[in-house]
Amino acid sequence: MSTAADERNARAPWALTAPALMLFVGVLMIPLAMTVMLSFHDWGQYKGIEPVFILKNWHEIATDPYYAEMFWRTFRIAILTTLLTALLGAPEAYILNRMDGRWKSIFLLVILGPLLISVVARTLGWALLFGGNNGLVNKLLMSAGVIRSPIPFMFTETGMVIALAHVMMPFMVLSVWAALQRLDPQIENAAMSLGAGPITTIRRIIMPQIMPGVLSGAIIVFSLSASAFATPAIIGGRRLKVAATLAYDEFLNTLNWPLGAAVATLLLVALVLIVVGSNALIERRYAEVFR
Amino acid sequence: MAYLELDRVAKQFGAQTVVDDFSLSVGKGEFISFLGPSGCGKTTTLQMIAGFLDPTRGAIRLEDKDLTAIHPAKRGLGIVFQSYALFPHMTAAENVAFGLEMRKVSRGERVDRVRAALAMVGLAGYEDRHPRRMSGGQQQRVALARALVIKPSVLLLDEPLSNLDAKLREEMQIELRQIQRTIGTTTILVTHDQNEAMSLSDRIVVMSQGKIEQIGSPEETYERPASAFVSQFLGKTNDFAATIDRTAAQARVTAGSWSAPAPAGLSGSVTVSIRPERIGFGDTGLSARIVTRIFQGNHWLFQCESECGPAIVIRQNDGEKQPAEGEAVRLAWRPEDMSVRGGASA
Repeated sequence: MSTAADERNARAPWALTAPALMLFVGVLMIPLAMTVMLSFHDWGQYKGIEPVFILKNWHEIATDPYYAEMFWRTFRIAILTTLLTALLGAPEAYILNRMDGRWKSIFLLVILGPLLISVVARTLGWALLFGGNNGLVNKLLMSAGVIRSPIPFMFTETGMVIALAHVMMPFMVLSVWAALQRLDPQIENAAMSLGAGPITTIRRIIMPQIMPGVLSGAIIVFSLSASAFATPAIIGGRRLKVAATLAYDEFLNTLNWPLGAAVATLLLVALVLIVVGSNALIERRYAEVFR
Repeated sequence: MAYLELDRVAKQFGAQTVVDDFSLSVGKGEFISFLGPSGCGKTTTLQMIAGFLDPTRGAIRLEDKDLTAIHPAKRGLGIVFQSYALFPHMTAAENVAFGLEMRKVSRGERVDRVRAALAMVGLAGYEDRHPRRMSGGQQQRVALARALVIKPSVLLLDEPLSNLDAKLREEMQIELRQIQRTIGTTTILVTHDQNEAMSLSDRIVVMSQGKIEQIGSPEETYERPASAFVSQFLGKTNDFAATIDRTAAQARVTAGSWSAPAPAGLSGSVTVSIRPERIGFGDTGLSARIVTRIFQGNHWLFQCESECGPAIVIRQNDGEKQPAEGEAVRLAWRPEDMSVRGGASA
C-alpha cells in the first residue's frame, strides 16, 4: 500500500505541472524546433519551400556581408541603447529612491506609465515629433530659424537608439530600483560619518552595490532591444534593417521562410549565448554583493 | 569640565516634538547611555550629535566648538549602527580602511592601523572576509573597528547589540566596556535594554517621550529613581499606596499592615516603591498570599497578592526553605530601601 502511495506521490508533480508543461511544449518548444528545422530547408522563387536538409541559407548568411553588417547593426543599436538606459536610468532610480513617499509614487507612475502604452503608439509619437519636414519639433525649430533642414531622426541609427531607449527605460529603472531597495538605509550615513563626501559615497559605496541591478537591467534591455521589432520597423523602416525586421521581411514579403528562419535562429542563439555568458560573468564578479 | 555639551536641544518633525529641552554635559572619556523605550527620542538625539539631523533648537558643542556648524563628514565621530551598515562589497579590512582612506592616511600606515584595529576587536586573520560571510557578532566587531580606527573624538553606538543573541550580547558588553576603558574614547550608547545600560555606563540618561527623566550613575538611577517611569523602566519594582501621618508624636508611613517611621519632608497620600529583591518574608508587615512561585536557578520569583495589590518578591536561592504557593506570608522591608513619591511637602 505504501508503495502505491509512493508511486502516486512521485507522479503527482508531473501530473500537476502537466497543463503548463504541455502549453510550454506545444506553443514554444515545437514551433521553435520547427523554425530551426525550417532554416535547413530549400526555397526557390517558383518552387516554394522544399523540405530537404541543406546548408544553403546558413551558407548565404555566413558569406554575404549584408547579413554581417545587419547583425552588427542590430547589436550596435542594442549596445548603445543599453548604455543610454544605464546612464540615464541608474541616476533616475537613485533620485526616485531618495524622494519622499508621495512624490515617489507619482514619479514611479510616470516612469512606469509608458509600459501601459503600446510600443507602436510610443514610437509613432517620436515620428510625429521628428518625422522629416512635418515633424512637430522640426517645424518649430525651422520656423524659429534655429535649424535649416530637419533634424535627421527617422531612418537613422541615432533615432532608433533614442526611441528604443525611451521604450526600454522602465526596465532599467525598475531593475536598479530593486537593487537600491536592498541597500542598508544607513549605509550613506555610515560612509558620511567616516568622512566621505556625497560623490565619493556614490562612487565607492552606492555604485558597486547597485551594479548587479544595472547589469541585470542591461541584460533585459539588451536582449529586448536586439530582438525589438516595432520600434526598428517604424523608425528604421526598410532602409535600416535589423535582425528582427529582416526576418519579418523574409517571411512576409520575400516569402523566403527558410532564410527568415535562419536569421531568427541565429538571433536567438546569439542572444542566448550573450545573455547566459554575461550573467555567469556578473554572478562571479559580484558574488559577495548578491549573497 | 564638559567635553561634549548638549544645551537645551530640541527636535521637531512638523508639529510633533520628538526631543525637547535636552541638556547634558559629557566629560572626556565618559561612557553615557541614552536609555528609554522605542520612540523616546534617544536615537534622534544621537543622530543630531552625528549630524544626520539638525536640531530645531539648542546647541551642541564639542570642546566649546559649535558642532552643528560642522558637516557630518567632518565631525570625526565614530558611529556603530544598529544594522552595522557595513559595506558588503568590501572585505573586513577594506571596510575598516575606508575612514582612513578618506583621511588620506598613507597606505603603509593604513595597513598597520587596520590590522591593529581588527586585532583589538578580536578579528585578527579575518581581514579578507566579506561581511556577508561573517556572523552577526563578527560583523558587529568589524563595525566597531571601523568606527574606532579613525580615532574618533566621540564614539556613538546606536543599539549596537540588539541584533545579537543573549549570550553573545553579554560577551560583547564586557568586551565593549574593556575596549572603551583601554582606549578611553568618550562614548554614547543608545539602548532600550536596561541591563546593557547599567552594565556598561558611567552615567545613564533615562528618557521618556522626548524628555530626560533622570541623569545619574547606574546605582543612583536604580536605587533612587527620580520618577515612577524610571523605577518601572529600570528593573522590576513594587509600588504600594501608603499614607504618612504626621499628627502623631512620631510621624509614620503606613501601607496596609506595614508601618515604619516616616522620612522627613512628605505627608498625606504617597507611593512607596521597593525593589522585589529588597522585600523579605517576616512575621510582621504587609499581609499577602503567594500566587505563583517560579524557580530560576540562583533565585526564586514570587508573585503575591497583597492587601495593597500585586507584589513581586525575589529571594536568593541560599538553601533556606521558601514558602509554597498559596501560603499566607508577611512582606517586610527596611525603610531605607524604599523610595517615597507624591504627597504634600510638610
